[in-house]
Amino acid sequence: MGKTFAEKVLAKRSGNDSVVPGQIVMIKPDHLLMHDNAAAITAKIKDDLDKHGVVSKQLPVIVIDHVAPAASEKTATNHQDIRKFVKKFDIENFFDVGHGICHQIVFEKGLALPGGIVLGSDSHTCSYGAVGCFSTGIDRTEAASLILTGETWLKVPKTIKMTLKGQLQKGVSAKDIILHIIGDIAADGATYCSVEFWGDIGQLSIEDRFVISNMGIEMGAKNATFPVDKVAVEYLNSIGLAPSDYDAVWADDDAEYYMEKEYDLSAIEPVVACPHQVDNKCLAKDLSDTKVDQCLIGTCTNGRLSDLVAAANILKGKKVHPDTRLLVLPASRKIYEEALDMGIIKTLSEAGGVILPPGCGPCLGAHQGVLAPGEKCISTANRNFKGRMGCKEAEIYLASPETVAASAINGRITDPRTVV
Amino acid sequence: MSKVWKYGDSVNTDMLFPGKYTYTCGTAEEILPHMLEDLDPDFAKGAKAGDIIFAGRNFGCGSSREQPTVGFKAIGIKAIVAEGYARIFYRAAINQGLVLIECPEAVQAYKEGAEVEMDIDAGEIIIDGQKFNFPLLPKEILAIRDAGGLLAYTRNKLG
Repeated sequence: MGKTFAEKVLAKRSGNDSVVPGQIVMIKPDHLLMHDNAAAITAKIKDDLDKHGVVSKQLPVIVIDHVAPAASEKTATNHQDIRKFVKKFDIENFFDVGHGICHQIVFEKGLALPGGIVLGSDSHTCSYGAVGCFSTGIDRTEAASLILTGETWLKVPKTIKMTLKGQLQKGVSAKDIILHIIGDIAADGATYCSVEFWGDIGQLSIEDRFVISNMGIEMGAKNATFPVDKVAVEYLNSIGLAPSDYDAVWADDDAEYYMEKEYDLSAIEPVVACPHQVDNKCLAKDLSDTKVDQCLIGTCTNGRLSDLVAAANILKGKKVHPDTRLLVLPASRKIYEEALDMGIIKTLSEAGGVILPPGCGPCLGAHQGVLAPGEKCISTANRNFKGRMGCKEAEIYLASPETVAASAINGRITDPRTVV
Repeated sequence: MSKVWKYGDSVNTDMLFPGKYTYTCGTAEEILPHMLEDLDPDFAKGAKAGDIIFAGRNFGCGSSREQPTVGFKAIGIKAIVAEGYARIFYRAAINQGLVLIECPEAVQAYKEGAEVEMDIDAGEIIIDGQKFNFPLLPKEILAIRDAGGLLAYTRNKLG
């Protein structure tokens, strides 16, 4: 019997010939991702660090992105504490305010490799499945322990095989695919499981795959992974990584799965996840009576260049409706600069969009773009939980950049196929 | 007698501890006043050591923030009994030395005012005299929980 992706990676990295679901294995991750929470994480082990130091200065990757630039004395002090830690222990991978969102930085800098393992004190660490990396989120305490020891346990997960078939229709994007899947399988439908994507995936760009892997956690998955095919190899080449730099792993054809699902991409229409759960799936075309006070394009899910281009294509020569407002956050400085060169930023600004610095802020209500009671926001983020954007009496709708851009023009939720 | 706090399905981490406080509240003292703020305003005022939480499916879904588990531990919550947990929350709870019980039958059997007893090491929970068994954690993981949490465990190991 063959093995799944997760079984193969965890066997290889734990020094076992083979492993089975449910087995506990000890592994040493390639990297440990932290963001603004590195301040709290390192504070937990201040004395231990003085005694033992960091296990490796290459292990931590720290990106200041959640409240960036700082919004208060408290958050500024957090950033200051992080910079002191980085200097004291000579941490190699540190990215200060303005570089961008941690997951995008890990991706751009080639810190997540095919067949590798990355753990991060952020739930969307599962994003790197887009390049065939086994990556998953952990809590702050676990991150603190990893800084000291470099090692932790993982339970070998059961695996769900998802086969994507057919051609995606015009005006429909990767975000619609994953919102459709989560609506089908439910917010806990893949809890504790590894998810593998198979089928007609050649049509999905590396950015599309990032969107889908990123939201794996929203169906409870431990990791959500794509094979390293031609598209992935080309992307990795573009950031300076040759196939000899990594050891790609994929499941065997006769691997044993806990569950198998098949999705017809040609039948998917623009989807909106309605408040207050990501699996509360509706269709954009059925929500045209819903007025929106704010439209947000950005976050680790949809703040990449192709997302900004998709939004600009819809908003070019148009204006944001006077009863709503549009916020745009490029996911990194690199994306921001590319969008500047292409004239995308100008297009979005001329349409009435507010361009915010690369970062996470509004998505979690920590910084900028906070909502007022009774307001509705349509967002390209990954969570619509009650209170998520800073106000428990506000409502969040999740959608693709195309749907958010179209909704910004009309001031109501709009199926993007009606404006293209 | 233990008070039982009962909640439904998919209680996410924003309900357990709002994201807007994530980067300003880290210590137990800072966390406690905001516990379950957007879910049950009575909890932070009323919860006491020895209390038990009952919940439905997918408890703790969402963010990796650990404040909810730090808060539950600081209050002295005896155990959380749920139909199921999100994995990062589950792991975070072990790392704080918190007892999580996955037992859908017990959750479904519980009615308000029922008497709840449990033998955590034996994997037994008794609701109004009706006994339910729940699976015990593997010994490697119990060692972390029983050390009082992961940092205590790591410190023992590092010496």
